Amino acid sequence: MLADKDRIFTNVYGWESFSLDAAKARGDWDGTKDIIAKGRDWIISEMKASGLRGRGGAGFPTGMKWSFMPKESDGRPHYLVINADESEPGTCKDRDILRHEPHKLLEGALVAGFAMGAHRAYIYMRGEFYNEGSTINRAIKEAYDAGLLGKNAAGTGWDFDVVLHRGAGAYICGEETALIESIEGKKGQPRNKPPFPAGAGLYACPTTVNNVETIAVAPTILRRGGAWFAGLGRDEKNTGTKLFCISGHVNNRCNVEEEMGIPLKELIEKHAGGVRGGWDNLLAIIPGGSSTPLLPRHICDTVLMDFDSLRAVQSGLGTAGVIVMDKGTDIVGAIARLSHFYMHESCGQCTPCREGTGWLYRIMQRMAVGNATLDEIDMLLDLTKEIEGHTICAHGDASAWPIQGLMRHFRPEVEKRIMEYRKEAPREVA
Amino acid sequence: MPKLKINNTEIEVSAGTSILQAAEMLGYEVPRFCYHDKLSVPANCRMCLVEVKGAPKPVASCAMACGENMEVVTESPLVTKARHGVMEMMLINHPLDCPICDQGGECDLQDQAFGFGFDRSRYTEDKRSKVDPDMGPLIKTVMTRCIQCTRCVRFSEEIAGVSDIGMMNRGEDAEITTFVQKAIHSELSGNLVDVCPVGALTSKPYAFTARPWELRKTESIDVHDAVGTNIRIDSRGNEVMRVLPRLNEDVNEEWMADKSRYAIDGLKRARLDRPYIRDEVSGELRVASWDDALSKAAEKLVGTSADRVAAMVGSLCDTESMMALKDFMASLGVKNLDCRTDGTLFDVSQRCGYVMNTGIAGLERADAILLVGSNPRWEAPLVNARIRKAWLANRVKIGLIGEQNDLTYPYTYIGSGPESLAEGHSFFDVLKAAKNPVIIVGQGAFLRPDGEAIHAALYEFATQIGVVKDGWNGFNVLQTAASRVGALDIGFVPQGKGLNAYGILLASQKNELDVAYLLGVDEFNVEASLGKNTFVIYQGHHGDQGAVRADIVLPGAAYTEKDGLYVNTEGRVQIGKKAVSAPGEAREDWKIIRALSEKAGKTLPYDSLHQLRARLVRDYDHFGKIGSVILSEWAAFGVAGDIRKHPFHSPIDNYYMTNAISRLSPTMAKCTYEFIKEAAVIAEAAE
Repeated sequence: MLADKDRIFTNVYGWESFSLDAAKARGDWDGTKDIIAKGRDWIISEMKASGLRGRGGAGFPTGMKWSFMPKESDGRPHYLVINADESEPGTCKDRDILRHEPHKLLEGALVAGFAMGAHRAYIYMRGEFYNEGSTINRAIKEAYDAGLLGKNAAGTGWDFDVVLHRGAGAYICGEETALIESIEGKKGQPRNKPPFPAGAGLYACPTTVNNVETIAVAPTILRRGGAWFAGLGRDEKNTGTKLFCISGHVNNRCNVEEEMGIPLKELIEKHAGGVRGGWDNLLAIIPGGSSTPLLPRHICDTVLMDFDSLRAVQSGLGTAGVIVMDKGTDIVGAIARLSHFYMHESCGQCTPCREGTGWLYRIMQRMAVGNATLDEIDMLLDLTKEIEGHTICAHGDASAWPIQGLMRHFRPEVEKRIMEYRKEAPREVA
Repeated sequence: MPKLKINNTEIEVSAGTSILQAAEMLGYEVPRFCYHDKLSVPANCRMCLVEVKGAPKPVASCAMACGENMEVVTESPLVTKARHGVMEMMLINHPLDCPICDQGGECDLQDQAFGFGFDRSRYTEDKRSKVDPDMGPLIKTVMTRCIQCTRCVRFSEEIAGVSDIGMMNRGEDAEITTFVQKAIHSELSGNLVDVCPVGALTSKPYAFTARPWELRKTESIDVHDAVGTNIRIDSRGNEVMRVLPRLNEDVNEEWMADKSRYAIDGLKRARLDRPYIRDEVSGELRVASWDDALSKAAEKLVGTSADRVAAMVGSLCDTESMMALKDFMASLGVKNLDCRTDGTLFDVSQRCGYVMNTGIAGLERADAILLVGSNPRWEAPLVNARIRKAWLANRVKIGLIGEQNDLTYPYTYIGSGPESLAEGHSFFDVLKAAKNPVIIVGQGAFLRPDGEAIHAALYEFATQIGVVKDGWNGFNVLQTAASRVGALDIGFVPQGKGLNAYGILLASQKNELDVAYLLGVDEFNVEASLGKNTFVIYQGHHGDQGAVRADIVLPGAAYTEKDGLYVNTEGRVQIGKKAVSAPGEAREDWKIIRALSEKAGKTLPYDSLHQLRARLVRDYDHFGKIGSVILSEWAAFGVAGDIRKHPFHSPIDNYYMTNAISRLSPTMAKCTYEFIKEAAVIAEAAE
């Protein structure tokens, strides 16, 4: 269990004020100038040493991502874009950082921006985060007034501006290239890669898009050293601390910062007050936000919460949005509801996702009541394979995985429903 | 220059070439819907997926550039599976209405479903329904067939330069529609039908009329403007069913203007299919035999003193018939010839003074363009599309003297009339500093009595700016009539001290002209412009301006009904082919003149089109070089004189009706109502 001294987000519950004075008292904006004085290469090598992996879901090593930005500008400005479009069902970690720890984010923006040669950061805020946007705006104003942003930000000699951009609440705008399109004022539709944003991103300039949590942990890592962060966690590939969001059928739904690689069972028992009705009442857990395949109880008993352990059980850490479902859950209906979400949020640009997500939802809806045939299960899986990997962005994959997870672990349940439905309402079988 | 292997065949391509293009070079077919080589690449249909060694997923080959040492496989179980999947998704919401779909037989979806799809559907849910937006009189929409490839959106935004069409909503509900139920305000909208790979956008006038396999295809040249668009005439029996563009990168790329495409229904209306002679007693046109009509015409021509005879040619004539008419008139000693029936005046002595010396494709290399008295969007939509292409590609700077119109690209307004050429303007410095400066002069600059003086002033101006330099001639005259450059090339202009078009009309009104021979002249109100005592012989194909005033009507052939040479505004000689026969007793025009010459006792020395062409090439050898542009020597032109301070006016006040065919076309009438009248009403209401 994470020791209090190793906690990064010390105000994640909002027990103290988010304001600059309170944040400074918690250690934010401390020695920012010194960090920057150590130079770009030092920051990037330290980030690499920390082993920090992107907290937005894909888990790409952050230090390496920053190093992709051109060392010298070719005349085009560089941009840092912070992805605060947190919309993954089951995830609410960024929300609490924005609410209660905005100065961690702003300080992180400055050091990250400096490390990639950017003089400007855009925070792309989910449309529904109205109050959080207001908080960030107040924090930005505080920072400007205190000379921490703007010309010669924090006395570092580096000019740095932060701009808040509010989205309109589309899930797909959390995809980095759709987000860039949206900032540019276009319809939020993902772009083809290559070119990657580090080569041509926002306004065709080198751009790095990072998650709120990734940026917010950076100053602390640089203050305490990459080695400290790398010393936490399960192994050298799954390091540091992570905000877990636990929701669903637990006694105490919460956001909690824990060490990477904590056993799932321990996470739930210790911080969320255990599963409603006891661990034995557990049916399944979605470990990393709605797009990751669910895990049945026997895997939950032992699995560790980190990128590679979850990958080993054919799921993923994703955003660490843990959704707990007890035995009272209609598991097929729950996944059908997720399918509806992915259908609703598909941007409609590319064929497999536009057409496929609706098809998946309609079959899932029938399967939730059992109105299907047994061969349709295999057809459904085949359809998910037709979508997965064939689309421009990962939305197609995300719509396929929950269904694949369901069929992997709960196929007998689906089959049982189909048989029962047939028994009750006998009809011609197609 | 990356080198890569596609299906184990090595190929070296230039940097930036996509895998799809490279595969095509090697002859491997990669199916695609959204990719179009003239449009941007969204890679949204996902049909062109291929396998690239080392890539974790199949790759969209249209959007992925070739890389060094790449190994690509375009046919493998993985690729086949992916294509099956995409094809299945594409078809689940596509209606099974191929039997009643106009795209049937030439549908990419049909062909590729056959080639790369699966033989049955697993989709048992309800299909999606859509509301069909009204896109105006030219385009029929059936949006359930749409596969959201966005080719139409990209075409209208990139090539046509209008943002009237877009994809609204998202996910399954994504639909292509016009922004709030409006017609597409573009002269290139017909191309949407061509770029649409399915039957979502089809041609409204052509709806339910023919199937592609019933059509005979004739490659020809369009005459509705002076661009010389390369076309394919699709006919069934003796009826032209539709006209489609042909690829010619130097002229029209693969586009076509709406008038050229849709005015063809005018070919079936008000046709002159028999000779007529005006009854001297009743004053009415009476049907006559060819023999009587020709005899009477010959009698008039021979019996009149040559200086009281004039001949003019209209805008749709083929060069051979004009050549024959010129020869015939020469044998009679007639010197009053002119082809500038639209009322323009300019110096015809130098070829460089009346053609587009830069060429249409050459505009893409321009870095500054000055438009003088021209509205290219209406005078030549495809030239305008080239200017827009140059603007999109390298933000070419554009200045304008003349009427201000929405040209689909931004321009600097300099002034309204010829005096602006003399006054200094900062844009002229841009033009001077440019490496490849271009001046485009529209007919609006010459459509005035001081046209020849303006022509001279333009020469002065062009020399001063330095638009002609080593390997670059930036002086261009944009003609509006398909026959004009050909007529000027063969010298269908006043001979010696003969009268020009103005002089001919004036002489007629003063009773100094006894016989006027009008070959397809419909450009002005003949009835009002000619004096009462002039005997008019009209040879043409439509009962339009010329025929109503005629004393003898000799029915000729329209451009789809005869072989002919046309010289476009660049000076490019192109060959048009006969697709159908002229109606009734109408004959090909050169034959009529040949027959008439025999009646007049001045038999022309050619009995076949071949001999006539040989005669043409003997005197004007560039007519032997079909398809290529003959560059003109740069020389002084124009006649110095006084220039009036009077704004330029474009010769076209309604794009959709500029010649006999389009004036009689029901579709063009609908367009006029939709786009011109409506706009006028709105403008009036706003005032």
